[in-house]
Amino acid sequence: MGWAIAVHGGAGDISRSLPHDRRQPREEAIRHCLQIGVEALQSNSPPLDVVELVVRELENIPHFNAGRGSVLTSEGTVEMEASIMDGNTMRCGAVSGLTTVVNAVSLARLVMEKTPHIYLAFDGAEQFAREQGVEIVDSSHFITPENVERLKLAKEANRVQIDYNAQPIQNDTKKEKPCANGDSQIGTVGCVAVDSNGNLASATSTGGLVNKMAGRIGDTPVIGAGTYANELCAVSATGKGESIIRGTVARDVAALMEFKGLSLKEAADCVVHERTPKGTVGLIAVSAAGEVVMSFNTTGMFRGCATEDGYSEVAIWSDAQVE
Amino acid sequence: MGGWAIAVHGGAGVDPNLPPQRQEEAKQLLARCLNLGISSLHSNASAIDVVELVVRELETDPLFNSGRGSALTENGTVEMEASIMDGPKRRCGAVSGLTTVKNPISLARLVMDKSPHSYLAFSGAEDFARLQGVEVVENEYFITPENVGMLKLAKEANTILFDYRIPTNGYDTCGAGVESPMKMNGLPISVYAPETVGCVVVDKEGRCAAATSTGGLMNKMTGRIGDSPLIGAGTYACELCGVSCTGEGEAIIRGTLAREVAAVMEYKGLGLQEAVDFVIKNRLDEGFAGLIAVSNKGEVAYGFNCNGMFRGCATEDGFMEVGIWE
Repeated sequence: MGWAIAVHGGAGDISRSLPHDRRQPREEAIRHCLQIGVEALQSNSPPLDVVELVVRELENIPHFNAGRGSVLTSEGTVEMEASIMDGNTMRCGAVSGLTTVVNAVSLARLVMEKTPHIYLAFDGAEQFAREQGVEIVDSSHFITPENVERLKLAKEANRVQIDYNAQPIQNDTKKEKPCANGDSQIGTVGCVAVDSNGNLASATSTGGLVNKMAGRIGDTPVIGAGTYANELCAVSATGKGESIIRGTVARDVAALMEFKGLSLKEAADCVVHERTPKGTVGLIAVSAAGEVVMSFNTTGMFRGCATEDGYSEVAIWSDAQVE
Repeated sequence: MGGWAIAVHGGAGVDPNLPPQRQEEAKQLLARCLNLGISSLHSNASAIDVVELVVRELETDPLFNSGRGSALTENGTVEMEASIMDGPKRRCGAVSGLTTVKNPISLARLVMDKSPHSYLAFSGAEDFARLQGVEVVENEYFITPENVGMLKLAKEANTILFDYRIPTNGYDTCGAGVESPMKMNGLPISVYAPETVGCVVVDKEGRCAAATSTGGLMNKMTGRIGDSPLIGAGTYACELCGVSCTGEGEAIIRGTLAREVAAVMEYKGLGLQEAVDFVIKNRLDEGFAGLIAVSNKGEVAYGFNCNGMFRGCATEDGFMEVGIWE
């Protein structure tokens, strides 16, 4: 037993030839955010506070697809979404369609704590943000030159794919077209944490899919898909939103543990390797017993984890570990 | 075993003093929708087509809380949401925040079939609706005088009402001013009638599908999304079954209720009715909800832990039932 924490910065087709200047800042950022979480757990912060704190930090870092650094919609705007869940009470909060709120995950927490609802979106969410006095900025704050470029490349690549009168295109094997430097920035950020008393929490945040239709909601704010926590485990998922939704990925890890008696690792591996299509999903999870698992069926996942017994790891691919 | 099966619902949580005339109207609507679905199934329609057809009918009728007759937001407007799921490949589509789309469930279907995404909301969804050429109307079309009255009451009581169909003069035990009204959603609400609509079907080929549609909570904050458009919460379908839920949105979301039925069937090997009973008994804590479900074996089941659920079900061997109470 003891505390445990994991963070992720997105799973996807992360090319192993990712240039150093694209790789190193993100590894550093993961390490930094992990450390923030570890320190908070060491000072006995409740896991719910820890996951919010860490995800806020990830949102503020422009290298990941959340908050600042969010990918752009087909209209060149940002629409951010997030959710948070407390394992003990199973209370949860979610937001979508944010354009000016600096920290989506904190607004999700406020929805959970300050409204009778679970999920607020678009204008209603923005209005709530103002009523709550959270930090808001001009939308341009979130937009980075890299993402403007990604959108341009995505539009060029998808020109032949997006045709709403054609055959259904919702299929599992559609690959993201990576940008020229192998850096397609699909994914999301997330954090899961458990304290030494077995209290669990999970939070996930994202800008969504590059070149998404305005109004598109992914898995991140959908409880049971991108985020889930109960008394057994806490899970945050990343990857192809549509696959995670139909696979109710985060909930499934917990369901396998509960109904089939699988261990955390077995459950995570089952969901990732047997129940979702290859190339679509990654997840991090912790159990009430203080275990941690990071599992993905994509090329890579920016991730890090640490446990109270001193173990820690930051990695991108499955065999290129960086301490 | 085998053969088609269909169930429809018009909401869980019903006032015990609902006037008989209202009960009759509700039962007639449920029966009509069941028969519509049954005719389709007789003509070999697929499950996914049948659930859409039936929910369209429920949306168009102003009786329940979906499409026309939807509950109103705090601003007196309508914001509708819906989701649909096709069991065989677990394809899904969902919409939220619709204000002009006459049949939200059909737009959800188009999201599933004609867009690269699973879920579209608010102005993005409205834009997509226009691109697809679906029927759009003024927001006023969806607003009924009864609901305008309900909203007023809800505001006066400063509560959230699920949705309630009783005329204001029938308010002896259910009014906003009543001492200890029946509660739902953990808030001091006056009356207890969510009236989300849904349909689940398994067709002759054993394919399951589910669809759910709603106007949401009376007096809800603008932008509030409930369980109905959330796959795994209000709606779910896979190879094994199709499920549609109704009731306290928060409880349904936290309990990932629709997915739960399928999960216990798959991971614990429970049969459909066992799974439904298990979920209703164990997954709702203090929350109130109901659900309808069908299995790929041609079975139909429903369950609820609150005071009544408007529902109807039928199977190919001739069984048919419409009910409100236990």
